[in-house]
Amino acid sequence: MSDNRAAICVRGLNHHYGSRAALSDVSFELAAGAFLALLGPNGAGKTTLFSLLTRLLAAPAGTIELFGHDLRREAQRAMRTLGVVFQQPTLDLDLSVAQNLSYHGALQGMPPAEVRRRSVEELERFQLADRRNDRVRDLNGGHRRRVEIARALLHQPRLLLLDEASAGLDLETRRALYAHVRGLCRERGTAVLWTTHLVEELDASDETLVLHRGELVARGSLETLRAQQGGVSAEDAILALTRRSA
Amino acid sequence: MNASAYWYCLLGVLGREFRRFVQQRSRFLSSLVRPLLWLVVFAAGFRAALGIAIIPPYETYITYEVYIAPGLIGIIILFNGMQSSLSMVYDREMGSMRVLLTSPLPRGYLLLCKLFAGAAVSLAQVYAFLIIARFLDVDPPLIGYLAVMPATLLSALMLGALGLLLSSLIRQLENFAGVMNFVVFPLFFLSSALYPLWKMREASEWLYWICAFNPFTHAVELIRFALYGQFNAAAFWITAGTTVLLTIAAIIGFDPGRGLLQRKGPPRPA
Repeated sequence: MSDNRAAICVRGLNHHYGSRAALSDVSFELAAGAFLALLGPNGAGKTTLFSLLTRLLAAPAGTIELFGHDLRREAQRAMRTLGVVFQQPTLDLDLSVAQNLSYHGALQGMPPAEVRRRSVEELERFQLADRRNDRVRDLNGGHRRRVEIARALLHQPRLLLLDEASAGLDLETRRALYAHVRGLCRERGTAVLWTTHLVEELDASDETLVLHRGELVARGSLETLRAQQGGVSAEDAILALTRRSA
Repeated sequence: MNASAYWYCLLGVLGREFRRFVQQRSRFLSSLVRPLLWLVVFAAGFRAALGIAIIPPYETYITYEVYIAPGLIGIIILFNGMQSSLSMVYDREMGSMRVLLTSPLPRGYLLLCKLFAGAAVSLAQVYAFLIIARFLDVDPPLIGYLAVMPATLLSALMLGALGLLLSSLIRQLENFAGVMNFVVFPLFFLSSALYPLWKMREASEWLYWICAFNPFTHAVELIRFALYGQFNAAAFWITAGTTVLLTIAAIIGFDPGRGLLQRKGPPRPA
């Protein structure tokens, strides 16, 4: 079924911690099936934006819609579209890989038989099929990350949020993860919001949002942002954008 | 979401709680050793000092071991409720609570699933205790073993809801030690778990009234009467009412807009 509604539509989002503004009038859209990178230095507001998009926090002002469903008024419909990989590990270390996936499937309301079938598919995709009965505590960091991504994809979400999902991974695994995620956009039409502060993870053509001190300071492909800054490297372009707005 | 999604979710949360409980063998053992120590050591010492008159639901003079058995069931449930609370705080610190909170099912329902799963674990512990206690001369009528099930479940829901509420209030694992001093011990010692209220009244009128207002007293009395196949209506309504109030407060505590998840500082690095 085709759906032309934006995967994410954020309008006038504000958030404060006490008197300190964490996000100021943030607005952006992510089209269905598109890839969008969210860049910004530490303290830029990426985590706050992520917490608002995943309903861990509620925004006092502004609206968030996921595939046209308002996150406040139609929370259940909106959250059903969502798969999330947090930067902070969220696996239950005392359970096995399969049990972690099974728990997640249950929380998504999936029938146990479907959870088992989808678990096999995703674990094979991430070369984890032979580790399915291992306790997560016994896996290394890279394997745990792959389990988290497999888990996020278990219920076949139409929108995938990855918050610095490549943190702690070796170069090879990072590249494989990036390639896999881009493949999801192409083949399944999954929309992806990829939060990172590592510019080198991205392709020059990737659409990018730059967040700094709670404000969106730029949007465009990395190529475009580089050109706007006089053809400097992508890292220098982002540094220039975040310094200029300081 | 259809009704089956809610059912699968409940099964999933139940399964996780039981798997964690079975895997944490020390937790299972300590949940049994604690009340059995009270029953074997503490009760033996106090048997001579405390005479228990005939009070409902008992129809004859009873030993002190028989008197404190419902209180010890209460302490199993109380500690399990606090253990659930501790594991919620741990899950929040470790990040795994986010998996629960980002489920598309209503947050209130997810918390009810957690509550029910915790209560089911308490029930298993209580029956294990009752089986062992039978060999220590705590032998209520057989109907009591059946009647105590709903009473235990309701009491476990009440104390589980208290645990959930506490977990929404406590920001860090380190702060949990205070719960033992300011919640668990007062609830337990200022109740009818260890001594009848009339005994307490003989010692101090104001202590008696504190005990009488303590919801844990009523949970213990509900269990005590149920163990002997009787229904204590006042204890039931007070326990049920407190369960509803604490559950509502816990759900508000976990509401992203109104509750205590809406912190004054930025979220933990994510």
